[in-house]
Amino acid sequence: MKRTLFTLILLALMVSGCATTSAQEIAAPYFDTGIDSNTWVTIPAGEYPSGQMSHMVFVDTFDIMVTDVTVAQYAEFLNEALASGAIHVGDFEIHEGENIRQVHGVGGYYEGDPFDGYDHEEEVKAGDKIYVPFVDDGSLRLTFDGKTFTPDEAYANHPMTMVSWFGANAYCEYYGARLPKELEWEKAARGTERIGEYGLPYPWGEEIDGHYANYYASSDPYEKVFGKLGSTTPVGFYNGKTYNGFTTHDAASPYGLYDMAGNVWQWMGDDYPDQHYRHMRGGSYYSYEIDLRVWKFNSAGPDYYSPAVGFRCAQN
Amino acid sequence: MQAIATRFNYLFRSTRGLVLVAIATVALITAIWGTLSGPMVEWGVRDITVKLLGMDLQAAQREGRLIILYHAIAITVIAIEVYFMTELLPMKRWEQLFINATITIGYLLVAIFGLAFAYFGHNYAFHGLFLVGQSLVFFAGVLLAYALWPWRKDARLPKDSPYAHTKSGIDLERTAFFVMVVATLASAIWGAVPGSFWTNGQETFLAEDIIRLPHKTYLQKAVIGHLHIMLTLVAVAITLIVGRWMDFKGILHKIAMPMMIFGTIVTTTGALSVVWLEWAHTTIYVGSTFIMLAALFYVIYSWNKLIKDRIAELGIENPTFFQKIAALVHDPLKFGTGWQMVFMNFTVSGVGIFLAVKLEDIFRVWPHREERITLTGHWHILAGLIATIILLYYGDLSGLKGKIRKWYGWLIIIGSDIAFASATIFSMKRLFVSEYAQQPLVNTVMLLMDIGLGLVLIILGIFMAWRLIDLFKGNGVWRQEFNEETKRTAEAELREQQQKIEELQAKLAEVSQ
Repeated sequence: MKRTLFTLILLALMVSGCATTSAQEIAAPYFDTGIDSNTWVTIPAGEYPSGQMSHMVFVDTFDIMVTDVTVAQYAEFLNEALASGAIHVGDFEIHEGENIRQVHGVGGYYEGDPFDGYDHEEEVKAGDKIYVPFVDDGSLRLTFDGKTFTPDEAYANHPMTMVSWFGANAYCEYYGARLPKELEWEKAARGTERIGEYGLPYPWGEEIDGHYANYYASSDPYEKVFGKLGSTTPVGFYNGKTYNGFTTHDAASPYGLYDMAGNVWQWMGDDYPDQHYRHMRGGSYYSYEIDLRVWKFNSAGPDYYSPAVGFRCAQN
Repeated sequence: MQAIATRFNYLFRSTRGLVLVAIATVALITAIWGTLSGPMVEWGVRDITVKLLGMDLQAAQREGRLIILYHAIAITVIAIEVYFMTELLPMKRWEQLFINATITIGYLLVAIFGLAFAYFGHNYAFHGLFLVGQSLVFFAGVLLAYALWPWRKDARLPKDSPYAHTKSGIDLERTAFFVMVVATLASAIWGAVPGSFWTNGQETFLAEDIIRLPHKTYLQKAVIGHLHIMLTLVAVAITLIVGRWMDFKGILHKIAMPMMIFGTIVTTTGALSVVWLEWAHTTIYVGSTFIMLAALFYVIYSWNKLIKDRIAELGIENPTFFQKIAALVHDPLKFGTGWQMVFMNFTVSGVGIFLAVKLEDIFRVWPHREERITLTGHWHILAGLIATIILLYYGDLSGLKGKIRKWYGWLIIIGSDIAFASATIFSMKRLFVSEYAQQPLVNTVMLLMDIGLGLVLIILGIFMAWRLIDLFKGNGVWRQEFNEETKRTAEAELREQQQKIEELQAKLAEVSQ
């Protein structure tokens, strides 16, 4: 009897763990944040406390987008680029070590990276690269009817995700911009202020809780719908507004940038010799808060795409 | 006053007492610091702990804090293993006393002042005491190596001994212990040099965060070598210790001990040479294969012994397969030590080998954060498995019997295995579920991890509470343990003295002639 009871309790716990409904089965709520995703800001030249240990580093002046590129903006780019012949729909090869995987989606030409044949170095050759895969598991937030890309209305003002580094880079270059360098991004995220020995660990200051950013178990309205891992929030969501009773703090960086911690990892523009992993910054909606610290980075190959990776652009 | 003095003597001058204090130290650290991560953060417990204890958790200092926390726990575990060794292996009484006293002061300084420095404001006087503690632990290691010197005459085995030995009688098990201790001392230097270079904790990083850097400095590689080999050597030590507990001997012992010695030397050389050799991994694979085979021989021996002893106890002449299985699992404490080693192959070694073989095709295709989870997951599991083996052994030393022994043993085994299997699935989840569809799986394995670890911690909590309450009894278990050990050590000391007297008398006789 005791054994049966124990087994039943264990099974009940396991079933309750599995019971969370997957994202595609529920409609996401729509929130207007009032933040214009077309806004850019100028970061002045000068030193800032860089990295975990806050060593002073000089960064030249540059402009950067106030928010991540949204699904609506990316759909617009795809339509324009498709019409101009800069990109095409088809099958693309993704190299995974010695394996090659075919993916159907939209992509375009990339000129390749210098290759030195270093240990563990994966060669990025010139050729057609995947920008966005056409996956049907619900993670892609735009649709393609054979002619036009249309953003999913519920996610139109969310960051564009499921976009490879090639896709992010192509977007920025198409509009005469580029992806930000890591040092630029970090300076834009934390500013120049030092508190004691260190620069700011988060764009808004030293403390973190669920009202500042979208991260794992941060209790935002999307976690209430989709579960603890949650989903992206609209760009600029953490701006001091209240949404359906959920209060946010104004979590802009010292230069007024939003979502520089949490929501989605952001692709960086640097290509490091002898490896070609592309770095990402900022942490995402299913990162722990430690990965939201402004100096932390993630990395993956340039054809990697994920529901938790997006980007924003910078320019000189 | 006398009551306090007696208990103090038990806790700090007997092996059982010293192990109890060290396990209590780890339990206390786990209980407090466990509230700073995982579900405790979500439930708001971390904030309460931080406020209540006045912790200072600056975001930039997190990596440094973790390094000190790892050292505080790992060095305490090393102290526990040293206590076991000084009791199990023949050595002079003064050697045992010196080693135990030195390492006790050392690990307590490390744990107390290391954590005080890391979590309660950077007071560099505390950091200095943390370093003094580590130095004392190192010195205790030097003393232990001296005490375990395999070539000493009084440690030689007779030719017909069932234990592994050379033709000249050198005890190969003792040699395996000795090699492990020397390797640990060398590996400590590999950690101490980079630690000092990075201004003693002011510049900090975790090895798993730099794993993808194509060009690592010598000192960064030294840190990676240090942490890997230290954990391996702690595992080698506990394997040898439980081997002694189970009276590992016979042909398997004679094959296993040379393998353990060779494996320990080769693996350590490989892990330390990672600093300058590109192909150091190959050396590590060769060495660890020998260590794992030696452990396998221990498992075969111990399980066979458990079956035979139990079948004989029950008086069964021709046991069936199921009777043999029942005999094998009859005592979870003894069965568990071997089982946890077998289980380790699925959750640690298997994962590690798979990771190495499929690095380019799978793990380097995943984002770095996923690779990091696998890396940290598999060595946390190894550390956890070692801890459970220590708890199983200490349960036996504490005289657990009957149903309590079974509940204690099985709950530790089942709880930890559920948690570690779940952690392994979590770390490898990208093999069978996409990021978008992972939530149900993540929720389930996280829940099982919490249940499993919770179960082990509850058992540990109850066990420690029982040992604490027992200390208030005039004639508790502690008294029995203390008396037994006092008797044993007194007898040993008497034998030593008699031997010394005989030696001196022989010398006098020699010069008088």
